Amino acid sequence: MTTRTYGTPLPGYSPDTPSTGRLIVIEGADGSGRSTEVELLKQWLEVEGHAVVDTGLRRSGLVAEEIDRAKQGHTLGATTMALLYAVDFADQLENKIIPALSAGSTVLADRYIYTLMARAVVRGASREWARRLYGFALAPDLVVFLEARPEILLHRAISKYGSLDYWESGMDLSLSRDLFESFFLYQDRLSKEFEWVAADYGFHRVDANRNPEQVHADVRALVAPLYGRAGAPRPPRRPAVSRPGPRAASG
Amino acid sequence: MHGFPGRLFVFEGLDGSGKSTQAALLGKWLQSRGYRVFFTEWNSSELTSEVIRRGKKKNLLTPTTFSLLHATDFADRFERKILPPLRAGYVVVCDRYTYTAFVRDAARGCDPAWVRNIYSFAPRPDQVFYFRVPVAVTLKRKIASRLKINYYEAGMDLGLSDELHESYERFQSRLKREYDRISRTDQFVVIDSQRPVESIQADLRGHVEPVLKDFPTGARLLHDD
Repeated sequence: MTTRTYGTPLPGYSPDTPSTGRLIVIEGADGSGRSTEVELLKQWLEVEGHAVVDTGLRRSGLVAEEIDRAKQGHTLGATTMALLYAVDFADQLENKIIPALSAGSTVLADRYIYTLMARAVVRGASREWARRLYGFALAPDLVVFLEARPEILLHRAISKYGSLDYWESGMDLSLSRDLFESFFLYQDRLSKEFEWVAADYGFHRVDANRNPEQVHADVRALVAPLYGRAGAPRPPRRPAVSRPGPRAASG
Repeated sequence: MHGFPGRLFVFEGLDGSGKSTQAALLGKWLQSRGYRVFFTEWNSSELTSEVIRRGKKKNLLTPTTFSLLHATDFADRFERKILPPLRAGYVVVCDRYTYTAFVRDAARGCDPAWVRNIYSFAPRPDQVFYFRVPVAVTLKRKIASRLKINYYEAGMDLGLSDELHESYERFQSRLKREYDRISRTDQFVVIDSQRPVESIQADLRGHVEPVLKDFPTGARLLHDD
């Protein structure tokens, strides 16, 4: 099902390669309940008999280590960091996501290019640059966007880690010397960037201010039709040739 | 123009085209004239050199990750080493710049427009010198100096030929074709690199002089130490 890319496909990747796999993306800020939802969804899909491969940011064998080290040192420039994440993503796409989809598995991605694009833009990259950079990415069958209020995110971060994360608070942007203030300013900017991404790339928004069970019920309802189960009938197979990119690609 | 106080000169061409020798000579000359010169080479950042080495060793790089890794490496070098001296009014001499990526990635099948977009953060140089040389000459130079031809330099990852020299010639020919093509679209100063070193250097100085004519010589007035 997942065969369309947003822009020019990877060299050597043919968009009309038949695939029965499905690519499902869960997006949302830290503390929006992403990992819990990925866990629940994986469990459910596996019980239903689907092979599930999960993936996320910073998990490539190629550069994950370098990203971690760079985050420790806080020394890389914004463009460099954005590109390092792009390497990580491309490596996983080519060596993990595409092979899994071709084998008919469901790929469950805990964050995808959208987070990477939003982060890069908040740090000064142009939207067009980010959009074109990730043009080789496969368009998922479904993008679920878990939306939670900043106060909820803050509460969950504190209860989980006891403090706020340097990067999730956008401290590298020098928005404020105060971690908490920076957190709110940064999350506000990020959610503004997610607005256009969500509109352009057809996100399905889910209210993540509620408890995990309620959220999961909504997500299931969105996922089920992909397998021709409950809800809407299974969508027809996408045309082999890539469609025009994201809806607002002309902008 | 890039709008920064400094000046940016770029040397491009195949391996063995003699560009590095010429870039070093030009740098020396500029320094002797009192300019503050900053010199940088392709692929010299600590950040990704380890990853590239690791990836090359295991041959697990694809055209896309190969391209993105080099872009990351370039961005790091750019943000850390090229931009600061450019903003501070230095003469920056680059032995290879974004154009190296354009030709290599194109030869590996990446979409040229995609690659150009990635590097669009890098300003256009004041001048790009392209050292044009037949592939056969670079191969002869390599063999004569007993330099080893490495896997990626020969484009062995593309499966052009199982034989190293054969693959090298074919891959380098692709690079040369791409260099020749963009030398027109990007207005390179084309240097026939089969001429004597001295006469090429004299030409280069002739090309550089007008660019530095209106260059604010503030950097020259500053005293070292």
